[in-house]
Amino acid sequence: MNELYITPEFEVVRNENRCIACRVCERQCANEVHSFDETRGVLRSDEIRCVNCQRCVSLCPTHALKIVKNNCTLRENANWQNATIKEIYKQANTGGVLLSSMGNPKPMPVYWDKILINASQVTNPPIDPLREPMETRVFLGKKPDVLRRGADGKLLTDLEPQLSLSMPVMFSAMSYGSISYNAHASLAAAAEALGILYNTGEGGLHEDFYRYGANTIVQVASGRFGVYEDYLNAGAAIEIKMGQGAKPGIGGHLPGAKIVGDVSRTRMIPEGTDAISPAPHHDIYSIEDLRQLVYSLKEATDYKKPVIVKVAAVHNIAAIASGVARSGADIIAIDGFRGGTGAAPTRIRDHVGIPIELALAAVDQRLRDEGIRNNVSLVVGGSIRSAADVVKAVALGADACYIATAALLALGCHLCRTCQSGKCNWGIATQRADLVKRLNPEIGKERLCNLMTAWRHEIMEIMGGMGINSIETLRGNRLMLRGIGLSEKELSILGIMHAGE
Amino acid sequence: MKQYVIIGNGTAAVSCVEGIRSIDEKTPITIVSEELYPAYCRPLISYYLEGKTDRNRMQYRPDDFYETNGCTVLYGKTAVHLSVRQKTVTLSDGQTLSYDALCVATGSTPFVPPIPGLETVAKKYTFLKLDDALALEQAVTPDSRVLIVGAGLIGLKCAEGLSTRAKSITVCDLADRVLSSILDNACAARMQTVLEQHGIRFLLSDTAARFDGNTAIMQSGEQIPFDVLVLAIGVRPNTALVRESGGKINRGILVDAQMRTSLPGVYAAGDCAEGMDISCGSSRVLAVLPNANLQGFCAGVNMAGGTKVFDNAIPMNAIGFFGLHALSAGSDRSDEPGGAVYEESDGQHLKRLFLKDDNLTGFMLIGDTARAGIYTSLIRRQIPLHTLDFDRLKQTPTTAAFSKETRKKAFGGAV
Amino acid sequence: MKRIYVNEDWCLGCHLCEYNCAFANSGEADMAAALKGKPLFPRIHIEEGDKICYAVSCRHCEDPLCVKSCIAGALQVKDGVITVDQSRCVGCLTCVLVCPYGALAPNENGVMQKCELCLQNSCGEPACVKGCPNRAIVFEERSAVL
Repeated sequence: MNELYITPEFEVVRNENRCIACRVCERQCANEVHSFDETRGVLRSDEIRCVNCQRCVSLCPTHALKIVKNNCTLRENANWQNATIKEIYKQANTGGVLLSSMGNPKPMPVYWDKILINASQVTNPPIDPLREPMETRVFLGKKPDVLRRGADGKLLTDLEPQLSLSMPVMFSAMSYGSISYNAHASLAAAAEALGILYNTGEGGLHEDFYRYGANTIVQVASGRFGVYEDYLNAGAAIEIKMGQGAKPGIGGHLPGAKIVGDVSRTRMIPEGTDAISPAPHHDIYSIEDLRQLVYSLKEATDYKKPVIVKVAAVHNIAAIASGVARSGADIIAIDGFRGGTGAAPTRIRDHVGIPIELALAAVDQRLRDEGIRNNVSLVVGGSIRSAADVVKAVALGADACYIATAALLALGCHLCRTCQSGKCNWGIATQRADLVKRLNPEIGKERLCNLMTAWRHEIMEIMGGMGINSIETLRGNRLMLRGIGLSEKELSILGIMHAGE
Repeated sequence: MKQYVIIGNGTAAVSCVEGIRSIDEKTPITIVSEELYPAYCRPLISYYLEGKTDRNRMQYRPDDFYETNGCTVLYGKTAVHLSVRQKTVTLSDGQTLSYDALCVATGSTPFVPPIPGLETVAKKYTFLKLDDALALEQAVTPDSRVLIVGAGLIGLKCAEGLSTRAKSITVCDLADRVLSSILDNACAARMQTVLEQHGIRFLLSDTAARFDGNTAIMQSGEQIPFDVLVLAIGVRPNTALVRESGGKINRGILVDAQMRTSLPGVYAAGDCAEGMDISCGSSRVLAVLPNANLQGFCAGVNMAGGTKVFDNAIPMNAIGFFGLHALSAGSDRSDEPGGAVYEESDGQHLKRLFLKDDNLTGFMLIGDTARAGIYTSLIRRQIPLHTLDFDRLKQTPTTAAFSKETRKKAFGGAV
Repeated sequence: MKRIYVNEDWCLGCHLCEYNCAFANSGEADMAAALKGKPLFPRIHIEEGDKICYAVSCRHCEDPLCVKSCIAGALQVKDGVITVDQSRCVGCLTCVLVCPYGALAPNENGVMQKCELCLQNSCGEPACVKGCPNRAIVFEERSAVL
């Protein structure tokens, strides 16, 4: 026995009464699950290759397909579960580190779902967003601690550089290389149309997208791929990536196979070389070092652009954030452990980091306690799934949210969690030209705009219910939240009362 | 009063009316029609015999066509004299029509050679007009033995049309193959096989030397008994009207790219006209319906004072017998310097592309005829082959072989 | 006039347009009933070349060679739309011989059929456009590409 057979995870169920053998499934599956049997005139499935991305199901014109969980069962128990056993087999077969993508799938607590939002009744009446103005615009950047007036008595408005967002949501970092040109084009165009920002990720900025500069955050990560003066000046803000929620403590890794053509040029590295970002920035071993980089970047951009420092939510995040807030950064982005990724070692993804809700509450509280909350804006990401999550995050103290997985879902992603294969059937996490063209950025942009427009409406609806007509009034307003089914400790970290209190 | 006159009432005449009306909606048009019927689809006469169409469906245009377009049709008349100086035509009944612009669309007449004993044959017909088909419909019974002299397109379409009506059909031709003016040996053999499978008998390299009542005595000496004789040896353009007025004639009435004859104010179109065939670079009578239509329209526009040029005429033939189709266009110039042939053949299908230098000059497809028009357009537009992926195109006619810019023009906007 | 246009940048070569077309013109209410086990005779087809693909259907030319060439008067232009009167068509394939886009093909009985923009069926709008998953086929007003 050299390699142990591992049963397919999924079963392709084809309704032969409906199948017209049009072979759309066959043509659309980059994993080559479907094939046509010429002699019998029917389609076959090789299910071991199926990742359940649902591309074939979505495009089948007669709805003849469904994909179900294979119920071929290993003898599992509470300790040795199906997935755990299979991972052992896989490693015994290959000797490799297990790779996964997208966010942590483990059944860890999702605190958003244990937090409830308040609404006004009788006193402090609710506001109807369809009839009355409702402000969702936010500004990110350092805020003055006190109002200052000039000699003539007028307000001084010489603020540090600010980012203006029509709503408290941005598209978070996804590099060109990890996602396709068309995915980037969709995000950039949608950000522009929506009046928000998207983030280049660590792969540089494709020359075609410089025109979206006013809606772009350019990222500087430990690999420094594609970073040069024009790049730094191209965006509205610069983000220093110290860590990522899906894989805290390790750097990004894009295999050489994806470093082709424009990706290579944009990253400014030779074709075919692996793009391996170091785990640390080799010039940053202290807050003082970080401060040097922050100011280097500010110097390079004439102090016109806010600098964001992105860190993963880890155990001592509050202390880290306190340090970052003193480094000269204008914005701190915190990425929780459910955040997505194009590729991460499975063990890291599933076992490292902490939930964003706890990290956010702890950081906001710590910065307030230290009187430096106005030094920075807080942006949180790591699985913001809905308008309700956004409202809860703002009430816990966030200035804005980063979303990526939700944005990819809008573009067609079905969370099959095999981005690392490079064969994304939806044209998102791939560089294969025939797959990339499956995502028409015109459609992508529209769908992203639809999603954000819907969320904005919902945010206004929820705010109105609470009697709040400006998102700024909600920020850090933890009285608007109550916990349900949470321990005293959890409630105390979140800084909220239990429902009924 | 200003008026246009069109001699003839076939395809070219009808599209001439349409050409005139695209420029001039008012000026009256007079049409002189030898036949007694409104314009009909003449190539359908064999399909009529076959039962695939009927007189009603054969109408080339709706019933109110002439009325709506302000045309007066003089049925049963021919033009016998043309005076260019006076701008008049005299008709067979003595009537004189004056014109401002004249279109000669007189078509062609079957050529009947003086074969000895032809006068002894009781039932002899040609096959060009509706009247011919109607006469054959009466003459041919299930017991009839039909002899068709001429294995050209007309003879064979007649054979196909009669195949279920007659007891037997024999086709003879002096040429060594069927459709000798259109097909080469290999293609002709393929077509002949299909016709033979449907009971049509061929006598090739042989023709009737003389007739004796219901018997044809062939050059080979063979005696063929028959009941109905069809003479389909060929047609001749009707050029007399123009010739007698001093207009330039070759085989047909010579016209330029605007369908002007050498006589001022006189245009010609259709089977009687002879214009430039760009696939071979010399002038030819292109007696096929598409050219009649295009020429007629072009003549009409120019007659009415517009400017239209039809300068990419080529021969185009869609020939089909019993479900086997042969599509051909252009000319075979492969024996000239720089000429070449690309050929594919598998017994069922046959493809021959005729090349000269950097151009496709002609092709012949039998069996698999899908998207043949892409080849035709290469000939008509004289597209240099180096500007496209000809290695791909020669295998399958596909616009994917064109450059991206060409495709963008073709598919990215109105055409 | 609104016509069907294709953008080869977005065509996936999935061939769904061919099936949606054949279904829309089948008169059947169910796609499986219309197409299962039957040869396909769509009025649109995918052209595939080296790394490109796109759908081709009638361009509804302003000066249509097929209409002018039809020996049976079966093709006509009405309000810019080229339609075929199948009762008149004798299946001679002259239109196939002249169409520069290769957009015409006969049906299973050898009679010509062509894209009539789904005006004659119950689809209401071109089925190929409606069913294209990537907006590679659109139905809109455009002028000529110069």
